[in-house]
Amino acid sequence: MIPENLFYTKDHEWAQINGDTATIGITDYAQHSLGEITFVELPALKKKLNVHDVAAVVESSKAASDVYSPLAGEVSQVNDELSSQPELINQDCFKAGWLCKLKVSNPDTKHLMTAAQYEEYLKSI
Amino acid sequence: MKLIYDKSVSGRKGVMPPSSDVPNTIHIKKEFLRSSDAKLPELSELDVVRHFTELSRRNFGVDTNFYPLGSCTMKYNPKAAERIAAYPGFAHLHPLMPQLRRGGMLTQGALEVLYDMDKFLCELTAMAGFTMQPMAGAHGELTGIMIMAAYHRDKGNKKTTVLIPDSAHGTNPASAAIAGYKVVTVPSDSEGMMDVNELKKLVNSETAGLMLTCPNTLGIFEKNIKEICDIIHSVDGLCYYDGANLNAIVGKACPGDFGFDIVHLNLHKTFATPHGGGGPGAGPVGVIQKLLDFLPVSLVVKRNDGTFALEYDRPKSIGYIAPFYGNFAIILRAYVYILMLGRDGLKAVSENAVLNANYIKEKLKDYYSLPFGQTCKHECVFSAERQMANGIHAIDIAKGLIDRGFHPPTVYFPSIVKEAIMIEPTETESRETLDMFIETMIELAKLAENEPEKLKAAPVTTPVGRLDETAAAKNVDIAEL
Amino acid sequence: MSFIANTQEQQKQMLAQIGLSMDGLFADIPKEFLEKKFNLPDGMSEFDVRNRLADLAAKNHIDLTCFLGGGFYDHFIPSAVYAIIGRSEFYTAYTPYQPEISQGTLQAIFEYQSLICRLTEMQAANASLYDGGTALYEAMMMALRITNRNKILIDDSVNPIYRVMIHSYTKNLSIELQETKNDQGLINRKALLEKLDDNTAAVIVQNPNFFGCVDDFTDLAEAAHKKGALLIVSCYPISLGILKTPGAMGADIVTGEGQSLGLPMSFGGPYLGFMATKKDYVRKMPGRIVGRTKDNQGRTGFVLTLQAREQHIRRDKATSNICSNEALCALTALVYSSLLGKDGLKQTAQLCADKASYAWQKMTAIKGVKSRFGAKWFFNEFVLELPANAAEIAGKLIDKGFAAGFPLSRYYEGMENSLLIAVTEKRTKQQIGMLTESLEAVL
Repeated sequence: MIPENLFYTKDHEWAQINGDTATIGITDYAQHSLGEITFVELPALKKKLNVHDVAAVVESSKAASDVYSPLAGEVSQVNDELSSQPELINQDCFKAGWLCKLKVSNPDTKHLMTAAQYEEYLKSI
Repeated sequence: MKLIYDKSVSGRKGVMPPSSDVPNTIHIKKEFLRSSDAKLPELSELDVVRHFTELSRRNFGVDTNFYPLGSCTMKYNPKAAERIAAYPGFAHLHPLMPQLRRGGMLTQGALEVLYDMDKFLCELTAMAGFTMQPMAGAHGELTGIMIMAAYHRDKGNKKTTVLIPDSAHGTNPASAAIAGYKVVTVPSDSEGMMDVNELKKLVNSETAGLMLTCPNTLGIFEKNIKEICDIIHSVDGLCYYDGANLNAIVGKACPGDFGFDIVHLNLHKTFATPHGGGGPGAGPVGVIQKLLDFLPVSLVVKRNDGTFALEYDRPKSIGYIAPFYGNFAIILRAYVYILMLGRDGLKAVSENAVLNANYIKEKLKDYYSLPFGQTCKHECVFSAERQMANGIHAIDIAKGLIDRGFHPPTVYFPSIVKEAIMIEPTETESRETLDMFIETMIELAKLAENEPEKLKAAPVTTPVGRLDETAAAKNVDIAEL
Repeated sequence: MSFIANTQEQQKQMLAQIGLSMDGLFADIPKEFLEKKFNLPDGMSEFDVRNRLADLAAKNHIDLTCFLGGGFYDHFIPSAVYAIIGRSEFYTAYTPYQPEISQGTLQAIFEYQSLICRLTEMQAANASLYDGGTALYEAMMMALRITNRNKILIDDSVNPIYRVMIHSYTKNLSIELQETKNDQGLINRKALLEKLDDNTAAVIVQNPNFFGCVDDFTDLAEAAHKKGALLIVSCYPISLGILKTPGAMGADIVTGEGQSLGLPMSFGGPYLGFMATKKDYVRKMPGRIVGRTKDNQGRTGFVLTLQAREQHIRRDKATSNICSNEALCALTALVYSSLLGKDGLKQTAQLCADKASYAWQKMTAIKGVKSRFGAKWFFNEFVLELPANAAEIAGKLIDKGFAAGFPLSRYYEGMENSLLIAVTEKRTKQQIGMLTESLEAVL
């Protein structure tokens, strides 16, 4: 169940690009290895992120993981639902569990994997 | 069990403060006073004593149960040390006393304890001088890294990174980071030791130093330790010895001889001071000759006339890292321990700690997977990997031990071992206790195979069962306001 | 004296069973490292060690009547405190990693966290830190994290011992640490407000301050918040029996030294650093935290919580490197406060303030002796301006049997004649009278 239309990183983040907006989240593999999510620290609006900057932190009761930005851009929206319902990430990581949206000036995806490539990558680890 | 606040009865009196023999005339204006009394409980002395006695019975301690919590060295805490720490001549001594004129002469007994400890610890580690100030192991780490930074600053070295193996305690990278360094992780090899080839690739002119626990957190002595230290020294880096596991070699070998430049010791581990339910500890730091100038202010020195004094004039020092002279009453307990054991007693500590650990390792290796099989030092690390086939994890083994009267070993650390079960018996446990523990571990391995659901339900003998930690982290409830 | 249970014979049998010799157990250590001959004394019996330590203890002059304070006080400790914390179920346990067999420690820490909140009127507290100084440093680091700024303002009426510690810890970090010079014994409001800007992470003050003076920082909290900065208040927990709380002033982080809550002075430690904050900042707080939750049968229990902030999970990105807390000291503070109770704490604070006020009146009536900061309000400590060098006078008073106070010249320029005197509930009218007479006599 790896959605086709998204781009992926080796750190198990996904990005969906829609015009100049990119939505960012973590993959099913990532949410599964973290366990039940208890807290999400989201970036400040208008924060400028480079590729691989820490965009968010996702915590479970026994683990914590930095979420690295797959793309460069400025934070235009964050998923406020997550502050009261962090479990959305466990329940629906590719849709309702999105983390933030970036306004991207140059949606270069050369460094990212396609769904097929990510699936191969998962098999290799 | 009710909170102490819920037991309060309005108007009930506890301990009576001293009587007043002066007029009631505070010199504080009304606006500076609190508007309502602090909501402390109103209870009799017996109410309070009974509340805490009941709480105490909900704890396992070394005095009540075998406590093989790996990495924590839960050995017996001699009672003489408790009694001596309570001597009024130590307990009632105000820490500012030496800062009065000729004040050092008013505290000669306490200064002598600190001075002697410095000498004892130097002898045991082959260091040139110690500071007693760090108030815990992690605090010692921070102090040690600050000394490392001061050394490089003094030499004009531009250093930015500290190397730390992947098997290290989390305090190592955290200490290096808050001291301003970037952490570079060195992987372990197939024998559970630092991968020297990888180390060589990671070392460069930016390397400020290396932090290493030896024997490491797998209980394995780093056989390449000398080469490792040489590699670090070749770029003018410093080698930091995390003394968490000194109890495995105390009285037999010295980190200074291996090539280490800075050492911290956990007095609550190696030298048997009580762990207190999570502290207080003490983490003295020792350094080699070329780093002596950087030790914190103040240091105890011995004058020619045989008296002791505090030395404050230390221009290159990293400064004050504690309000006074460290956790004195803890240092005092460790001092008592060293005096009682002496040279031969300390050697027997490491020998028996290592013997007990290997005894357990050999007796259990047929029942639990052992990722690194060589002779271990003071602790051995198993994995519950084999039990996972039946859906049993390290945590289930731990809970099963609880129902059978044992404190569990450390589980899930070190993180480089999957489903780790880290057992540290310590030297003070008898063979009879070890045998009972071994039998129980074997019983649990069989239970995991035959009736795993029973283990999943453990513990059932405790006041509460497994607690919902996810709910605790989500719906933060940390005080009754 | 040894505490090893196994006999030589048992050790031999065990070695035989695992097929190794004692030397074989250490064969993995290069031989050259095992050749050291340790120059250490022979072991001693308990009897001999106790005698030796009794001799050393006797060399410490606790016979002096103590008017020393400076953040560390000689308070009365009820016998029941020793009885409870002497229970080895508490002191021989470790960090409560296994909650089912650590409910004693865990509930006690939860009650302690509640105590700190109730004393300070804050919403959240951690399980404790090493001491008041490192607690203040951790509060400063926490403010930098919360605000993402790098400037800290601190008034020099904050305990100088804490200030020198903060200087040591920040030497290697890019933090702009600015100190203001106190204004006649109170914080320098004018200078602090001038320096407060959009890059300020926090303003650090203390109440009662190092000189014993009492203040209300409500205005400062408002000013700081207007600039998006935090107010950090270090405080003396006994004083909170009667003084306006940092919570009521609007403080964001409150820290302090908990030694006065039932811990002996023990020549500098172990002590207890406490820390409390607002609910919003809980996840930025360093150190262990205990939370209340339910077990698999719906029973209430306690666990270590919010561990994802900590070093054992977050490693180099943790909120702090602290691993343990000062659990036994936190328990001591909780037991002490519970024994005194609501009235007892208030009475103790009142007694300290009454006796200090009495001592101040007596001593400032001596010819040539003045109150350094005039009639400013103080809690249980005050500064006398003597007609001669305070260190010398204090030295002379030692010969009269008094640790009369702390000469301030060590930390403050221009205060060569200033003596900081602390009075706790343990000091009697007679002792105060005798110190007054002796002071008059040595001037």
